[in-house]
Amino acid sequence: MNDPLFEFCCRMGDNTLVLGHRVSEWCGVAPVIEEDIALANIALDLIGQTQLWLGLAGEVEDAGRDADALAFHRDVWDFRNLLLVEQPNGDFGQTMMRQFLFDGWHLAMLKGLMTSSHDQIAAIAEKSVKEVTYHMERSSDTVIGLGDGTEESHKRMQDALNVLWPYAGEMFVSDNVDAAMVEAGIAPDPAALRAGFEALLADVLGAATLVRPEDDFAHKGGKNGVRHSEHLGHMLTNMQWLQRAYPDATW
Amino acid sequence: MTTSKTEWPLWEIFIRGQHGLSHRHVGSLHAADAEMAIKNARDVYTRRNEGVSIWAVEAINIAASSPEEKGQLYEPSNDKVYRHPTFFDIPDEVGAM
Repeated sequence: MNDPLFEFCCRMGDNTLVLGHRVSEWCGVAPVIEEDIALANIALDLIGQTQLWLGLAGEVEDAGRDADALAFHRDVWDFRNLLLVEQPNGDFGQTMMRQFLFDGWHLAMLKGLMTSSHDQIAAIAEKSVKEVTYHMERSSDTVIGLGDGTEESHKRMQDALNVLWPYAGEMFVSDNVDAAMVEAGIAPDPAALRAGFEALLADVLGAATLVRPEDDFAHKGGKNGVRHSEHLGHMLTNMQWLQRAYPDATW
Repeated sequence: MTTSKTEWPLWEIFIRGQHGLSHRHVGSLHAADAEMAIKNARDVYTRRNEGVSIWAVEAINIAASSPEEKGQLYEPSNDKVYRHPTFFDIPDEVGAM
């Protein structure tokens, strides 16, 4: 197994990279210009965080790879992001539901990381938590607004929740990398974040008049890279095209 | 059944650039309610670090003068030069005003 700290940094950075790219796919085609700009801002926040996480991963690995090399020169089986963030955008409601579910986990994780024993990680968390607090406000407001909106928007948000729910559970599955992080005082145990997430869900879904699915079956295999969904490869083909066609191109 | 609107209302956005300056009109945007107007304004008008405070006012709440009334509103002040404080000698010690 790779160095657990390297794995952990890749997990954090790949989450923000893959979701950042997904959200950026809305650029120019969002339903209204205000949302278009807001989504682009969120995507840019996430890509900025990616530079920090993958930059740190490169330092930890000490094999000459920087954030760009990790983002653009790895193939799908080397990615360590959660399955949730690689899921396609679907309609606007599905994008915002995916964002809300991820923000709920992301914000709790970052708050835990602010007291990390690792100074650089604590610093990245400190910077990111302000951005993600805003993402959370925006996504939860939208989930509530559309969930408790018209008959059509309510139905779409419930559908979105039903489609994405089987990908939510992986966020709270702990493995040996997480155990090593807890042991070193570097990161909180993801399993311990579940209770707070359930409280958030009860609040927001309640206000949105949406029903939390009962079946907690969870797809797994993203954060350990064992089995990504088919969507990630397609996304990387698009995202990495330029670096694959013209390796190390600069301007 | 209530009638559903297909467009969000229009809001006028005012941003205070720095502490001590007044809020300045920067543009308008659409939002479903005041809270969303502030959030949208944050995303549309402060992404390059332009502001420290945002005001959002629904456009229909702004009372505006009519261009047709410009004669009665503004022309009477044209010949009242004595309203400009240009007839006083400012002592040098006062500096720039």
